[in-house]
Amino acid sequence: MDMNFNQHISGQFNADLEAIRNHMMGMGGLVERQVSAAIEAICGGDTSGADDIIRREDEVDNMEVTIDHECTQILVRRQPAASDLRMVLAVSRVVRDLERIGDEACKIAIHTLEVADASNSQICQQSLRYMGAEVVKMIAGALDAFARADVEGAIEVVRNDKLVDKQYAAALRELITYMMEDPRSISQAINILWILRALERIGDHARNISEQVIYLVSGTDVRHTPLAEMEEQAQKDDSGNA
Amino acid sequence: MSIIENHTTNGQAFSEAPKLQARNVDVFYGDKQAIYDVSFDIGANEVIALIGPSGCGKSTFLRCLNRMNDTIDICRIEGDILLDEENIYDPKVDVVPLRARVGMVFQKPNPFPKSIYDNIAYGPRIHGLAQSRVELDEIVERSLQRAGLWNEVKDRLHSPGTGLSGGQQQRLCIARTIAVDPEVILMDEPCSALDPIATAKIEELIDELRENYTIAIVTHSMQQAARVSQRTAYFHMGQLIEVNPTDQVFTTPEHSLTEAYITGRFG
Repeated sequence: MDMNFNQHISGQFNADLEAIRNHMMGMGGLVERQVSAAIEAICGGDTSGADDIIRREDEVDNMEVTIDHECTQILVRRQPAASDLRMVLAVSRVVRDLERIGDEACKIAIHTLEVADASNSQICQQSLRYMGAEVVKMIAGALDAFARADVEGAIEVVRNDKLVDKQYAAALRELITYMMEDPRSISQAINILWILRALERIGDHARNISEQVIYLVSGTDVRHTPLAEMEEQAQKDDSGNA
Repeated sequence: MSIIENHTTNGQAFSEAPKLQARNVDVFYGDKQAIYDVSFDIGANEVIALIGPSGCGKSTFLRCLNRMNDTIDICRIEGDILLDEENIYDPKVDVVPLRARVGMVFQKPNPFPKSIYDNIAYGPRIHGLAQSRVELDEIVERSLQRAGLWNEVKDRLHSPGTGLSGGQQQRLCIARTIAVDPEVILMDEPCSALDPIATAKIEELIDELRENYTIAIVTHSMQQAARVSQRTAYFHMGQLIEVNPTDQVFTTPEHSLTEAYITGRFG
């Protein structure tokens, strides 16, 4: 009897599971670069970068469809169970969130082009920089946690999402002040508002990815679960495994 | 690979409303031990699936539940198996009525070389369950109805049972088991010789039978275990590794051996 529990009896099954995981990571890398480039574009006022992001959006969409198809094939051909089943479901859910992050990056690029034409493009720069850096870190952290099956790393991303939400609320207040002081800034402020909103949504998607890490590792579905409960559950799972 | 020292079964091995209770059951074939200290319950009106690699003891264990192993001279059983809290291995227990209460369906359909009617009527006749021909007719019809076979055979009740298709023969055997009004039905890979359509019919039947009977099914098909059972018991090298609700076993099994088996990492 072969007792190597890391490998399936079927080598092709190993390869198929490995493939969806690697393809998802590849897609994650591309999406992360799209978001970084979008933030660079808005903060650096680089419109050529924005054009690139919009062009590459199709690539992200195609990856989602391809990986989802690969997941379907595994479900149909292998009827995966237990951790294999959780891997397929988690990958399928994560690529949906990655695709949406790609959409948000694209939205940021579109609004960057509109902002660039206006004169007073400097409002809320600090909030944009801060939130931008934070959400890029969250995407990287969530993907990293997935790769290493690291529940603590995943929870850290959820914690950061709270900070991003707070920063978003603060930036909104700042924007409102601008608009009240100078109504001519309103159209510009609305563009910035859309960008802030996109960053906030990216944070939410990174959180969703992290939730799938917890599902993958422990089988617990923590979607729509408050952070405190998530931490408690992780502790319980951890002591259960010890 | 050897048995696990000081193993206790993971998960929810016991039931609030047990029909059958196994307690510290060991089974030996001569000097060789086949089952090691197995304790768990099979709940009333529950379908429990027994799964595990070949030679893990799941069929041996199933056969203990109606003393089918009594026919093997070198087979020795220790521990207790209680049916409604009564030890079936008590010397006072007569195995003939026991096997009427705990019926069995085998891997290969094994109809008697008799007519369809007589296949079903055989049990009720020897157990004296029918007082008249009319009553016997009723039992035959009811049993075939419950086994989902009546409409297919009602016009040829007196043709040989062996003339039916494999799937029909298996349902005939289930009807024959039901005819003596059992409380528990044991099934040892009942679909392994059947095509997917016949398998689906048997699985549908298992689901309907659960209302009136307690069912333990040994199966090599993990999808079948997942489809038909409420709880799943995983056997490995004669030990009962884990018993848990079926949905849990197939999404988040507790024991690493269960996980390795159901994900196809050995077996």
